[in-house]
Amino acid sequence: MSEANRGWEVVIGIETHAQLATQSKIFSGASIAFGAAPNVQACAVDLALPGVLPVLNRAAVECAIRFGLAVGAEVAERSVFARKNYFYPDLPKGYQISQFEDPVVKGGEIVIRVGDADKTIRLTRAHLEEDAGKSLHEDFHGKSGIDLNRAGTPLLEIVSEPDLRSSAEAVAYARALHALVRWIGICDGNMQEGSFRCDANVSVRRPGGPLGTRREIKNLNSFRFMQQAIDYEVRWQIETIEDGGRIQQATVLFDPESGETRAMRSKEDAHDYRYFPDPDLLPLVIGADWIERVRGEMPELPVAKRARFVADYGLSDYDATTLTASLEISSYYEAAVASAGTASAKPCANWVMVDLAARVNREGIELAAAPVSAVQLGRLVARISDNTISNNIAKKVFDAMWAGEGGSGDDAADRIIEAQGLKQITDSGAIEALIDEVLANNAAMVAEFRAGKEKAFNALVGQAMKATKGKANPQQVNQLLRSKLGA
Amino acid sequence: MSLTLEQVRHVAKLARIEISDAEAQTALGELNGIFSLIEAMQAVDTQGVEPMAHALDLAQRLRADRVSEVDRREAFQAVAPETAAGLYLVPKVIE
Repeated sequence: MSEANRGWEVVIGIETHAQLATQSKIFSGASIAFGAAPNVQACAVDLALPGVLPVLNRAAVECAIRFGLAVGAEVAERSVFARKNYFYPDLPKGYQISQFEDPVVKGGEIVIRVGDADKTIRLTRAHLEEDAGKSLHEDFHGKSGIDLNRAGTPLLEIVSEPDLRSSAEAVAYARALHALVRWIGICDGNMQEGSFRCDANVSVRRPGGPLGTRREIKNLNSFRFMQQAIDYEVRWQIETIEDGGRIQQATVLFDPESGETRAMRSKEDAHDYRYFPDPDLLPLVIGADWIERVRGEMPELPVAKRARFVADYGLSDYDATTLTASLEISSYYEAAVASAGTASAKPCANWVMVDLAARVNREGIELAAAPVSAVQLGRLVARISDNTISNNIAKKVFDAMWAGEGGSGDDAADRIIEAQGLKQITDSGAIEALIDEVLANNAAMVAEFRAGKEKAFNALVGQAMKATKGKANPQQVNQLLRSKLGA
Repeated sequence: MSLTLEQVRHVAKLARIEISDAEAQTALGELNGIFSLIEAMQAVDTQGVEPMAHALDLAQRLRADRVSEVDRREAFQAVAPETAAGLYLVPKVIE
């Protein structure tokens, strides 16, 4: 890495805005549903009409508690809402309600995977705040249009320490955080709709030297853009410094079209937010009993589940990581194993990661919408394990289950195997009879084999499998054929 | 401690308030008056006193996460200076 960066060390910290999965806004009873007509979800509080007061949403606070517990942070017993003052038309109050000196979540860490090793990224804090509205600059004859539906949407801003050393680490961190907030159910993670967006603070320095001046890349709403933006920014900063220039602190935007970052505002008119405690809101007090209740409701976290999959199911680290990429896939997998039996944990992993995942991806559906349930898949895998069917036949059964054959019951696989007569032939007498027939009908191939052509043997195996309609165990056919040919 | 005229203009600019020189002078005097009040308060010995974030020594009340507001866009937009296609219109903002 440092080779590619000509001896410069890259330093990155990330701020993430996760939209919290509540029904209503953080300080008002307006809906936060996505896609409504402009301003139909902007109430008097969101519009900052005179005399209105914010009242804090309990569910938003609970999301922050869940997050704090999930990252091993301190959930502050007392935190304070502050006004962040700036002037912009999509912010009707003239300030954003946020948290400044006393955030609700302090510290914590996220473990990311870098190559084959784990790396711990420290978190500085996470705080609750409200989102702003949206400005539309086109089509209004010299005016801007303001939609305040988004104003007051609850956000958790999650701030990392500058512990990331490359664009790859930054993306690994963003992905891990994205998976975690979805896992604990506090954010839907929809990046197209802006539910999860990242800002990256990027600087370069000589290893061991003082931190360089940073530039902040705003509003990265895809992992690919994050990688491209940081790579461009790092190259730009190194070239600027090596050409004798200096980095000015700035906010920059990434342009996906050109693949470049460009400065939005320079330091001279950098915002002076004049934070102060919001007199409309009392301090937020979170009692130990509340925290303990939430702790009792937390799901097993991805890192713990991954370790358990390795220990209990004998999965490889890679498989365990893949199967804990989301709560949905891990739950599906565990239900399949429960149905197939722990002894079939490894084949269940292959079926979920390969056959099921391929099918779900091909059809562009969510796992939850897959027509084959986890229990059904587990029962199918159990039939391979107990030698009722071969793996190849199982793929046929899987396709039939996907098409709805066998019904919606847990025993769909058994019904299909029965109805289509797919049971593996294990009776060696029956197989022998079929092989004798094959040998008699393919005298030329037998002669070729005897003349030393190994290829002819494979052709005979093929003929024999065909005669059994694929229902014989291929190893068994192989064995019997060789003994009959005296090979 | 006292403010300069330049700081007053800066604060006015941040708040997007246009002020004349005379108004800036008046504001400077008034703000410096407030600063002298603050100075008097800062002279009080607060050693060992925990700072409060609010004048009331109470905790924030919370509301249940329920959608309780209905669409009142028409009523709100009836008193807005200018609207179009459901949007509030404002003088053009350029980043």
